[in-house]
Amino acid sequence: MLKNITIGQYFPGNTIIHKLDPRIKILITLIFIIALFFVDSFTPYLFVIAFIFISIVLSKVPLKYILKGLKPLFIIILITFFINAILTPGKLIFNIGPISITEEGLRQATFMALRLVFLVVGTSLLTLTTSPIALTDGIEKLLNPFRKVGLPAHELAMMMTIALRFIPTLLEETDKIMKAQMARGADFESGNIMNRAKSLVPLLVPLFISAFRRADELAMAMEARCYRGGDNRTRMKVLSLEKRDYLSLGISLLMFAIIIFFRYFI
Amino acid sequence: MKIKIEGLNHIYSAGSPFEIKALDDVNLEIDKGEFVGLIGHTGSGKSTLVQHLNGLLKATSGKIFIGDTEITKKDIKLKTVRQKVGLVFQYPEHQLFEETIYKDIAFGPKNLGLKDEEVDERVKESMNLVGLDYNSVKDRSPFELSGGQRRRVAIAGVLAMKPEILILDEPTAGLDPRGRDEILGQIKSLYDKNSITIILVSHSMEDIAKLVNKLIVMHKGKVNMQGHPREIFKRVDELEKIGLGIPQITYLMRELSNRGKNIKSDVLTVDEAKNELLKYLRSNDNA
Ligand SMILES: Nc1ncnc2c1ncn2[C@@H]1O[C@H](COP(=O)(O)OP(=O)(O)OP(=O)(O)O)[C@@H](O)[C@H]1O
Ligand SMILES: [Mg+2]
Repeated sequence: MLKNITIGQYFPGNTIIHKLDPRIKILITLIFIIALFFVDSFTPYLFVIAFIFISIVLSKVPLKYILKGLKPLFIIILITFFINAILTPGKLIFNIGPISITEEGLRQATFMALRLVFLVVGTSLLTLTTSPIALTDGIEKLLNPFRKVGLPAHELAMMMTIALRFIPTLLEETDKIMKAQMARGADFESGNIMNRAKSLVPLLVPLFISAFRRADELAMAMEARCYRGGDNRTRMKVLSLEKRDYLSLGISLLMFAIIIFFRYFI
Repeated sequence: MKIKIEGLNHIYSAGSPFEIKALDDVNLEIDKGEFVGLIGHTGSGKSTLVQHLNGLLKATSGKIFIGDTEITKKDIKLKTVRQKVGLVFQYPEHQLFEETIYKDIAFGPKNLGLKDEEVDERVKESMNLVGLDYNSVKDRSPFELSGGQRRRVAIAGVLAMKPEILILDEPTAGLDPRGRDEILGQIKSLYDKNSITIILVSHSMEDIAKLVNKLIVMHKGKVNMQGHPREIFKRVDELEKIGLGIPQITYLMRELSNRGKNIKSDVLTVDEAKNELLKYLRSNDNA
């Protein structure tokens, strides 16, 4: 039941998208996300869709796999849609009792929902095509300039990787404890929402305990291998930019420019 | 409670690049009161199979009947199934979750809706069955115990539910020889006293040979052989081909009989072998 969450999972491959420099990939994802917030009409959306769609096709990650990652967020997206649809004032289309749906509301709701969908799709594509190690490397390198103002770039990057790495681990752990409890008669699957929510409570304490235990073990394992933070650490793979990196960054900037153009000049 | 499995398939992570077919068209019948050994090379699908029997894993396709209930049906009450089919996990640390041992063992009985005194009774009884001292360990955390003790707590937690079918997934892994003999002895006496069905997953042909009256051999997700251990151990070559063997003592007796000694070769235990050898030596003396 928890198997559907694909955030933070790596989908190995050898495509151009996989091979892009992680720094560039992170930058492109950022550009993509920022661009999403500038989109306010349908024509530029076509560019966004084309951009992400081509990236997905190039990455050879099955579309089904990416869409699966959306499933757990479905409710949130739905709620966002309704709240926007109901609460935006404007030209009335129809109303059901006290709830009135306006043209602006529908428009706003569609954009918000689409934005969320593409946000998730874009970031999942990043984590799906970048191994956690490459991802930290990228983050660390991008944060490096800020070290001068006292930002612990390496430590931050390490924390982020561990956090990412721990998402699947914690899900597995939850699954394991649920299994252990179900095997001895706990019931998570039937009953109404209240009963189900109640049956989750005995899950939380063991989950927290085990998360702390895991953290402790990880710290121990890292210390056993003499981990001492970022100073003087060298890399096995040194990142270097290639033609494909400049090219794809160029394409993303172009997309961004088009979207800005549509927003402010049309 | 009879167990019947028809055309069971299980695929892990179906539809992803990590897809693994762990069970491939498994068909089995296990009668009430049988003591079954389930054996197979690492990764052959034993744990996957036993987790289907109490509905912890959902079959990709196929049917499973426990008694008259088809537990692979959509809206079946799995809770009642799980009270009847007790599963001791392969790794006890995957099974223990409460803060104290008492709470952990009491988790099952409490879910059965028993009264506090009765829960108490069951905890004491099952701790006694697996050789844990109630007073000295009941308030300790399962995670400060040794591997062997943890294993016992895990078994006790399942026994406390009084299952009609007891499944033990490698209950002796990581135990010293004495601990192993103790646990197997306790399982055996449980079987003799209570007429329950037991399925024992194991890597050790020795353990299996001593205990079970039916053996199921799995290989790459399929049931490769099944029958009485005596019959199966005759097929040494096939067993070796799939990375298994037969008990040392059976090897010895086979070898002796192959060298022309007039000895029964299908013995299972050291005791049997001793009798057989004595018989042989005496007949030689007479001759
Ligand atoms: N949770 C899981 N997700 C994906 N694949 C799994 C999972 N559990 C098991 N597998 C795979 O399914 C196959 C069968 O595994 P299973 O645990 O049933 O083997 P086993 O016979 O119990 O082995 P062992 O003797 O080592 O315990 C293996 O190839 C394993 O890698
Ligand atoms: Mg196993």
